[in-house]
Amino acid sequence: MPAVDEREFVLRTTEERGIGFVRLWFTDVLGFLKSFAIPAEELDLALDEGVGFDGSAVAGFARVQESDMVARPDPRTFQILPWRPDAPGVARMYCDIYRPDGAPFEGDPRGVLRRVIERVSALGYTGYAGPELEFFLFKDATAPEPLDDGTYFDLTPLDLGSDFRRSVIAYCERMGIPVKDSHHEVAPSQQGVDLRHTDALTMADSIMSFRLVVKEVAREHGIYATFMPKPIQGAWGSGMHTHLSLFEGERNAFFDATDGYFLSKTGRAFIAGLLHHAAGITAITNQWVNSYKRLVPGYEAPVHVGWGVRNRAALVRVPLTKPGKESSCRVEYRAPDPACNPYLAFAVILAAGLDGIERELVLGPEVTDDVHEMTDAQRRAAGIASLPETLPEALAAMEDSELVHEVLGEHLVEWFLANKRAEWLEHRSYVTGLELERGLSKL
Amino acid sequence: MVLGPPTDVRDRLVTELVVFGYRPLVPEAGAIDPNRDDRPSVALLVTDHGDDPSATLEAIATDELHGVPVVWVLPEKGFDLLRGAEHLCDEFVEAPYDAEELYARLRLLRRRTGREGPDVIRRGPIALNTATYQATLQERPLDLTYMEYELLKLFVEHPARVFTREAILSRVWRYDYYGGLRTVDVHVRRLRAKLGRDHAGVVETVRGVGYRLARDL
Repeated sequence: MPAVDEREFVLRTTEERGIGFVRLWFTDVLGFLKSFAIPAEELDLALDEGVGFDGSAVAGFARVQESDMVARPDPRTFQILPWRPDAPGVARMYCDIYRPDGAPFEGDPRGVLRRVIERVSALGYTGYAGPELEFFLFKDATAPEPLDDGTYFDLTPLDLGSDFRRSVIAYCERMGIPVKDSHHEVAPSQQGVDLRHTDALTMADSIMSFRLVVKEVAREHGIYATFMPKPIQGAWGSGMHTHLSLFEGERNAFFDATDGYFLSKTGRAFIAGLLHHAAGITAITNQWVNSYKRLVPGYEAPVHVGWGVRNRAALVRVPLTKPGKESSCRVEYRAPDPACNPYLAFAVILAAGLDGIERELVLGPEVTDDVHEMTDAQRRAAGIASLPETLPEALAAMEDSELVHEVLGEHLVEWFLANKRAEWLEHRSYVTGLELERGLSKL
Repeated sequence: MVLGPPTDVRDRLVTELVVFGYRPLVPEAGAIDPNRDDRPSVALLVTDHGDDPSATLEAIATDELHGVPVVWVLPEKGFDLLRGAEHLCDEFVEAPYDAEELYARLRLLRRRTGREGPDVIRRGPIALNTATYQATLQERPLDLTYMEYELLKLFVEHPARVFTREAILSRVWRYDYYGGLRTVDVHVRRLRAKLGRDHAGVVETVRGVGYRLARDL
């Protein structure tokens, strides 16, 4: 009965609100939003049978000889877009991708996350994610030219971003994406928006919508917004710190009132899993050559594999739970950047933590000293590994990671490695401005 | 909609309703399964001495008809039937009743339950049209998703009632959900975001219990 109601709801709303076109959204392997529009008259059929499209043109989807794909819209994600003119309005639905024979397509990132979530629920848990998204506003897409000189939490007339953030929040709210907080970030022209946690699949959908909202609002304001991890030389980069928690029914599975950190055995094992798999999943959470220019010492970005409570350079931070606030007990994974594919990133992060729980991995001691201050020898002695320093290092670690192979499947791993190695080859042979500046006059 | 065994009282009631401008539906005994387009604005239940209507009344409260106000038409000297079963109906009349009195009671009931026509429910700034699935806030359309709409409908149809998360899950989601009880919190939050800061309080949190529609709408 409910399935019929959802379908009916979508059809009636389309009619009542004068929706002319419905955009069907899905995500390619690199996390770019793909969309095609169908006229409202086609909606009926699209809901019943899905819509066929040529997958060969979508990054990572298929080889040319097997390019036929079917996008099946998820009626529960039907949402009227707030920034389109009212008549005729435009709505969107997220799609799951299938092969023509009805089998789920293994290269669909939403499907990858769905499968991990099914494993999470088979263990009796629900995974929640709440990201802090950072991005920069520039005059246009040609150069990283800041709009202001503001810094963290600044509220001054200098901060041209505050109007911008207000519009972003208004659009987000109209799309059902609750915003927890928004503020000016540390770097000039850098903005931060924290989303309230939801289940991981909803959150990955919300991040896709959020990135589009931000770009759309920027366009309306005649400026440009970018989620590039490190657009300004020498300034803070943009991260996507992600708060994670697991619930067993009403109970926060990470919380234990008797523990000094208020962390349960499950919570500790989850963190141990994250740390254990950190190097292997970094290529997914930080997928661009540019991502590794953010993961350097000195900008509160994680460089070493460790966990801590106050230490903001730690890869995993455990915000101290306030008494009586058990439900907010969570761990913060600080590596991801906002230019990742959120479906794949949440899939490998959850799978890493889950593996820690399943194998009952033991969490080492908290890293209290500033790990950046230690020498390599001290870090080795303390058993603190480093995150990959470059994309090719991360790709090598990913190739060695059984966990990533298992979560993404061979099709995705193979395509991802080939695509990313091609990106690296291009960068490897590129002569940079810094080399010329330092070398030309001396060598 | 008129429910109950085919008695003279029932037949007279149907005629009276037609006179007052209603379009009464009279389903076969035991078959309370009207399709959506025919969702009634009110259910009138006719009983005789010796009938036990509680199963029917409970079916109304939980089934497709949940939220439809119920008027219990008691038999002559049948006031005792109401004892212990008052919570199952919203209004009652006892035979022999005056047709004008019934009409007045139906009008008052409509005002009290916020139903403007067969399909529109209004509470404070919120109006829901259950036939077209449209929700408005201060006459502006709210672009809700299906689950957000169903959630808001549950609260609006039962303004006084506090719902636990379990109750909400079983009535709104029914089956097929990720995320257990927290799913409800997440959707309440999404719904509140759409209601906007000024009206986020329309859905109230009852600490340690669940949620309800704000009482002061």
